Amino acid sequence: MSETTVEAVGVPRARQMLELAGWASRAYARYDSATVQRIAEAVVRVAESKAEHYADWAVRETGFGVVEHKIVKNKLCSRGILDAYRDSDYVSPRIHAERKIVEVPRPAGVILALTPSTNPVSTVYFKVLLALLTRNAIVVSPHPFAKECCADAARELGKAAVAAGAPDGVVQVVDEPSIPLIDALMTDERTNVILATGGVPVVRAAYGSGNPAIGVGPGNVPVLVDATADLHRAATKLVDSKAFDNSILCTNESVLVVEESVADRFIRELERSGAYLLKDEERDRVRDVVFPEGRFDTSLVGKDASDIAARAQVRTPSRTRILLAPFDAAVDEEPLAHEKLCPVLGLVRVPNAQRGIRTAVALLRLGGAGHSAVIHSTDPGTVMAYAAAVRVLRVAVNEGGSTGCAGFGTNLAPSMTIGTGFVGRSSLGENLEPKHLVNWTQVAYSTDPAEVMPSFVGIHPEEAPLEPVPPYPVASNAGAPTLTAVPDLPEEVPTELREELRRLILEELTAIVRG
Amino acid sequence: MSFDYGDFSYASKDEMLEKSREFWNPGKTDFWVDAGVPLVIDRREEYYLYDMSGKRLLDVHLNGGTYNLGHRNPEVVHAVTAATAHFDIGNHHFPSLARTALAEALVTSAPPGITKVVYGSGGGEAIDIAIKTARHTTRKRKVVSILKAYHGHTGLAVATGDDRFSKLFLADRPEEFPHVPFNDLNAMEDALRGRDVAAVLIETIPATYGFPLPDPGYLETVKALCERYDALYIADEVQTGLMRTGELWAVNKHGIAPDILVTGKGISGGMYPLSAVLVNERSAGWLTEDGFGHISTFGGAELGCIAGLKALEICNRAETRSMVHYISDQIGRGLREIQAQFPDWFVGIRQHGVVMGLEFAHPQGAKLVMRSLYENGVWAIFSTLDPRVLQFKPGILMRPQLCEDLLDRTAVAIDQARSALPRTVRHDPLRSRTAVSA
Ligand SMILES: Cc1ncc(COP(=O)(O)O)c(C=O)c1O
Repeated sequence: MSETTVEAVGVPRARQMLELAGWASRAYARYDSATVQRIAEAVVRVAESKAEHYADWAVRETGFGVVEHKIVKNKLCSRGILDAYRDSDYVSPRIHAERKIVEVPRPAGVILALTPSTNPVSTVYFKVLLALLTRNAIVVSPHPFAKECCADAARELGKAAVAAGAPDGVVQVVDEPSIPLIDALMTDERTNVILATGGVPVVRAAYGSGNPAIGVGPGNVPVLVDATADLHRAATKLVDSKAFDNSILCTNESVLVVEESVADRFIRELERSGAYLLKDEERDRVRDVVFPEGRFDTSLVGKDASDIAARAQVRTPSRTRILLAPFDAAVDEEPLAHEKLCPVLGLVRVPNAQRGIRTAVALLRLGGAGHSAVIHSTDPGTVMAYAAAVRVLRVAVNEGGSTGCAGFGTNLAPSMTIGTGFVGRSSLGENLEPKHLVNWTQVAYSTDPAEVMPSFVGIHPEEAPLEPVPPYPVASNAGAPTLTAVPDLPEEVPTELREELRRLILEELTAIVRG
Repeated sequence: MSFDYGDFSYASKDEMLEKSREFWNPGKTDFWVDAGVPLVIDRREEYYLYDMSGKRLLDVHLNGGTYNLGHRNPEVVHAVTAATAHFDIGNHHFPSLARTALAEALVTSAPPGITKVVYGSGGGEAIDIAIKTARHTTRKRKVVSILKAYHGHTGLAVATGDDRFSKLFLADRPEEFPHVPFNDLNAMEDALRGRDVAAVLIETIPATYGFPLPDPGYLETVKALCERYDALYIADEVQTGLMRTGELWAVNKHGIAPDILVTGKGISGGMYPLSAVLVNERSAGWLTEDGFGHISTFGGAELGCIAGLKALEICNRAETRSMVHYISDQIGRGLREIQAQFPDWFVGIRQHGVVMGLEFAHPQGAKLVMRSLYENGVWAIFSTLDPRVLQFKPGILMRPQLCEDLLDRTAVAIDQARSALPRTVRHDPLRSRTAVSA
C-alpha cells in the first residue's frame, strides 16, 4: 500500500481481517481430521438450530423468496452438506502405493466469500462449511441487501467453530460491504481464493482481481418435455421446482419447451399442480411488468406468482404457484426467453424433440451458457442428443431443475455455486464442493523398480490442537500453562438417528415444495 | 551516491556521521559505530528500517514500542495527514476538540476507576505529572521505584531511575526517591512502612532492565501494600501497554486498578509526540483545584491526539488482540526451539505476549547478539541496565511471514554470536553469576 493511497472507510480494518484469517488458516491447516469433523459438527448444529431464524430474517431483510423454502435450503446447506461429505477426508495424506505417490493436502488458505442476496444465509452456511471441512479460513462479504442476516449468521458459525476448537479468526465477516471495500479485499494478496456468487459484474471483478477466483455465470435453464415423458410426474416436478423459493435458485427452469403432440395434456397437468396459463393479453402485461423496457426488474426476484399477477392486473386462481407465459420464438428480443428469477415460466411449443433441442440450444445462446438444463423423457437417445447439444455442464433428467441441478434430489454435488465452465466464463465446471478448495502436494517416488516407496502408514503431519488456538499469552514465569482443554461436544448423533433426520429433512423438502 | 532529502542533503553516510559528531551528539554517534551498529535510519516502512547504506533491518526494538503498529502505519499516517488540513498543535490553555475525544477514548478503555486524562509530550514528562499528581493527592513527597528502573530523564523521573543518569546531572535525591529491588516484597514493605510514601512507581515489566518478569503475585501484593500504607500505585505502561501483552494494559492481566497509569511511546503510533497520564477520581483533584497546575505547550498537541485516537482504536480491535496472541505464540515457540539448540548460551526467555527479554550467558551477551543480529538484518537493542539481556519486541501487527523470517535470522545470529565468543567464555556457564536479583 503506498502512502498516497487514501483508503475508503472500513477498508484498512477489513484488510486486517485478511491478515488475521492468514494466521488462523496457518494454524488450522495443521489440524487433524477428527478435530475438523468435530468443528464441522458443532457448526452444523448451530446452523441447523437457527435455520428457521435466519430463513425468516433473510426474507424480512431482502424481501426475496419463501421462508419455508429457505428453511429447507438452510438445512440442506448445513446438515445436508455435512452428511454428503461425511466419508470424505480433505485432511489426511493419501497414499497411492501402486503409483508410488503420496498426496499431502494443502488448503487454499484464506477464502474471500462473496454471498448473494437471493440465497443469502444458505450460501453463507455452505461456504463456511466448505471452508471448515477443508481447513481454510474464510472472510465473508455479504451482499449489501442481506448484510445483517448474513453477518449475524457468519458470526454465530464462527463462534461455534472457535468454541469447538477452531483457531480464532477462522470465520470472519464484513459488516458494511461496499464496492471499494470488496475491491480492496479481492485484490489484496492475502486473499488466496475468491468464491464469488452474485451478479455478473461481481464475478467478472473477481476474475479481474489478479487473485485465484471461482465465480460462476448466470443460468437460463431450458426444460424439454418430449412425447415420451411421464407427463404427470414431470408436471409435478416442474411446478415444484419453479415454485421453490419462488425461482430464486439460478438452477430454476426459465423456459419450458414442450412437444406439440403432448403440449395440451402437459399444460393441463401443470395447471393441476398450480400453474396458471396466461392468455395472450395477460402474457403481454406480465412481460411488461417483469421486463419493463426489456430488462428484468430485479425487485421481482423471488416474489410470489400472485403478487406478479396482481401487478400485471391478471386474476389468477388462489392456488396459483407459477405463471406460464407462452411465446413463439426463442430469440434475443423476446424478453421472456431470458433468465427470470421469479415464478414466471416461458412456454414454447415445438413440433418434435429435434426442434425442441434446437430451441433449448437457442435459449442458451441468449444466456446461461455452461449452466444447467432439464429434460423430462424416457428415451435415452433423446436424452443423449439433448445433453450433447445444449451448452451446459449438467442436465437434470426427470427431476426439478432448482434442486436437481444444485445436487439436491440428484447425485450431483449439493451446492450453492454451480460452475459454468469455460463456456460460461468460469474456472469451475462442476458444482462447487470441498475438493475445489484444497490442493495436494504430490510426493512422487522414482519409477525405477530399485526404488521402493516406504510405507507412510501412521505418519501424519496433522495433529489435534491441545489448547485454544492461539493460546492466551501468559507470562513465561507463570509455571506450566494450565491447558484449557477444548470442550467435548455432546454425544454424536448415532448413525440411525442421523439417517432418520436425513429422511425427515427430505420428506419436509418434498412436502414443502408440493405446497 | 548522494543523499538528498529536499531541504537538506549529505554527500555520503560518512559525511553524515561526521556532522552528527560535530553538531549533534559525539558520544551517541561514536557509541553505535563502536558497537557494530552503525545505523542511520533512512527509509522506514512496516516493520522495516533501512540504513543509509540501503541495508534493510527488521525492527524488533520499535523504540520501546513507539512503532508497535509499524513504521508509518498507513492508517495513522492518513489520520494525521488528513488532520493537518484542519488542526495544528492547538492551544494548551483551552478546552480542545481532539484532546477531549482522545481523553474519552482512553478513559473508556482504561482499567477500572480511571476517570481523567492529563497530557504530556513525552514519557518522562508524563512520569513527572504522575509524581506531581501523587504528591498533591497524598500530601507526601517520597516516591518508591525499582532499583535499575527507567522512567525517563526529566526532572523528577530521572531521580526514580538508575544513578548513572541522575548523578550525571546532580539530580539524584535518594531521600525522596528510594529504590528497592524488583520482586522483593520485604524491601517494598520496608520502604512503605513509614507511611510517608506518596506512590510506588513501577513498570509492569521493567523494560530497560531486560524485562525481568514480576513473580506471580508480586505486583498484586505491591498494590495491596500501597493500599495498606496509603501510597498510590503508579503503573508505568509506556512499554508494556497498548496490547503488547495481549491485553490493552499489562496491569489488566494482574487485575490491578492503578491509581495512575502512564502511557507514551506507541500511544501516537510513532507519528507525533504524545504521552498521557490516566488518573482515578481520587488523584484527579488538582484538575479542579487548579487546572493550570501542570502547563505544557505541546502536551496533548491536537495532531498527536488524532494520531492517538487512531492508534488506540487499532490496538483495541478484536483482530489486533487475536493477532498478538498468534504472534506471541509463534515467536515464543520459535525462540524456545532456538534455545534448545544452545541451552548453555541462550539461557533464558522472558516473555509475556510480545514483550520479550532474551538472556545470554555472558555479561555483555546481549551486545554481542545485537551486533550479530544487525549483521543478519534484525535490529534489537540490548538492555542498558542489564546487558546480558536482549530486548526483543516484535510489533503487534506482524505478518506470519515476517515472524518466520525473524526467527530464521535470529537462529543464525545467536549461533554466530556464540561462535564468536572466546572459547573460555563459552565453556564457562555464567548463568548463576549473572542471574538477575530476584
Ligand atoms: C518505561 C518507560 N517509561 C518512561 C520512559 C520515558 O519516555 P520518554 O523517553 O518519552 O520521555 C521510557 C522511555 O524509554 C520508558 O521505557
